[in-house]
Amino acid sequence: MIQNLTDGILVGSILSLGAIGLTMVMHMLRFANFSHAELLSIGAYSALVFDAVFAAILPVLTAKIGPLSMTWALALSMILAVGTTAISALLIDRLIFRRVRDKGSELSMVFASFGVAMIIRNAMGLIFGLGTNLYSKDIVFAVVLSRDPLLLIKPDQVFALVAALAIMLVLHLILSRTTLGYALRAVAENPALAQVNGIRLSHMIMLVWLVGGGLAAIAGVFYGLTNQISPMIGRDLVLPIFAATIVGGIGSIYGAVLGGFIVGIAANMALAILPSGYSPSVPFLIILAVLLIRPNGLFGEERA
Amino acid sequence: MIGVLSYAVFFTTIASILAIAVLGLNLQWGNTGLFNGGVVAFFGAGAYGTMILGGTPQADHLGGFNLFYPLALLGGAAAAGILAWIVGILTLRLRHDYLAIATFGIAVTFENFMRNAETITGGAKGLRGFERPLRNWIGDGFVYNFVFLCFVLILLYAVYRFLQHLVGSPFGRLLRAIREDEEAARSIGKSPSRVRLIAFITGSVIMGISGGLYATFYAFVSPQDVLPMLTFQVWAMLIVGGAGNNRGAVMGAFVIWGAWSGSGWLLSRFAPIEAQLYTGSFQYILIGSVIVGMLLWRPQGLFPEQLVVSQSGKSGRLSREGD
Repeated sequence: MIQNLTDGILVGSILSLGAIGLTMVMHMLRFANFSHAELLSIGAYSALVFDAVFAAILPVLTAKIGPLSMTWALALSMILAVGTTAISALLIDRLIFRRVRDKGSELSMVFASFGVAMIIRNAMGLIFGLGTNLYSKDIVFAVVLSRDPLLLIKPDQVFALVAALAIMLVLHLILSRTTLGYALRAVAENPALAQVNGIRLSHMIMLVWLVGGGLAAIAGVFYGLTNQISPMIGRDLVLPIFAATIVGGIGSIYGAVLGGFIVGIAANMALAILPSGYSPSVPFLIILAVLLIRPNGLFGEERA
Repeated sequence: MIGVLSYAVFFTTIASILAIAVLGLNLQWGNTGLFNGGVVAFFGAGAYGTMILGGTPQADHLGGFNLFYPLALLGGAAAAGILAWIVGILTLRLRHDYLAIATFGIAVTFENFMRNAETITGGAKGLRGFERPLRNWIGDGFVYNFVFLCFVLILLYAVYRFLQHLVGSPFGRLLRAIREDEEAARSIGKSPSRVRLIAFITGSVIMGISGGLYATFYAFVSPQDVLPMLTFQVWAMLIVGGAGNNRGAVMGAFVIWGAWSGSGWLLSRFAPIEAQLYTGSFQYILIGSVIVGMLLWRPQGLFPEQLVVSQSGKSGRLSREGD
């Protein structure tokens, strides 16, 4: 039980990072972006590529950082992956979403996002193979924190959790203390009024994609570090991430953080009761429960 | 020659069955503007419902009520309707994203449940023990398939006529009114969420009929038949055909099913052997590109919705049609 709770918190931090970007996009552009989870996949795979490049040209970097299986090369790769994924998110918007947006309704965007998700996911499968990949082939042993109740934790998981929390703190500071943060929130709140105040809507949309993409890349690398990398990352994470945004209330960044942890913990705790085969269903049950009890989520406001 | 003919019958049967599902989606999306991200769940509910109600008793899973076939098919459709009611009642009052996410979620959960709940659904092995109706009289071969195709075509035509009638009726106008301007519809005393729920359930029941026919055709259903891919195929059919146009929906079903089967055949025939493993990926990219491409370059589809002016400008007709 304690083990499930701990695992849930670790998975939760990854879901939170993904959900922050998704909730921002959903709030500002007003459509459910089913391709958001593919950004995690792009992040995980681009880090894999950069990692291989670094290992080839600068073998020094393959030294491990402390007890982690993460190497300096991977740490650098992660930073580059953040950039690549952020730019990919922007490019996808430029090439597809913006054009659909100019042309049709918000619901056409949902359709388009499904199409985009399918193209990205299967292109990944074609490029990197349908099998799974790992950043490090070495086996990292879990540290036994306590024997009764049994509690095992891998150093990588702790690192991912701490790093995710630190990133969320930075994001919080930016949103609450800077003019940029105010502008972002203003646009999400009321685009027309924000524009009257001289905020460039197109710049803010760009920013949301960049931030969302960057956070997704980090989540993807952490997911790859603590699980494995496969083209199906997007398929497996899309529903949990949506569940996190719904639990938190669409549009609420803090709600998304909390929602991620709630979904991660609930999904792992449920495994203590349900056979593990049912785990893909848990996010949907959480969504149903939230819609029954508190349809607008924990922090969401009512909006048509 | 008989090979070509029997393939043509097979192809037309599947395309027509899917066309029924596309018509159901057209009522939801094309006419009412409801986004159903889990077509396959309602299709699957119809398929599993029909099989369980109409099958022979089995030792290892639920089912075998041996119901008279039309009743089994109706039962399957009702199962799809109940599923739609549950999702609809929870989400249709909220902003539109919720319906998209919840329907997507129910499709994932449906497939997951069918795969795992072995005692109810036969699990990954699927449901067996279904006798195709009238098999004792007609036999199993080409003639049966031809007769079944006629049955499917009759149902397709019936659903088409029903929807054409519905769209032209005052209720159809109400659907379009809500799709175009919910506030305005509300201001004249209509209840958008109730009307949406009716349209959503009706569309899902139609998808359930389609699923029931599909299961009947194969006399077998398994979790492999309710993968998310089917949702995307049905959408691609509607978008290519033209959302809002029932004739387009049927045409789209044939065009996309042809492209799908054709691309699969070409890949299996001409692609190098090591690429065969990736056939699915190529086909997925194809469907994804069709969806995105149509939205970018021809969002109205090949057969656009024909906007009807309900009341002509002539004052004489106006007073007669005032309903």
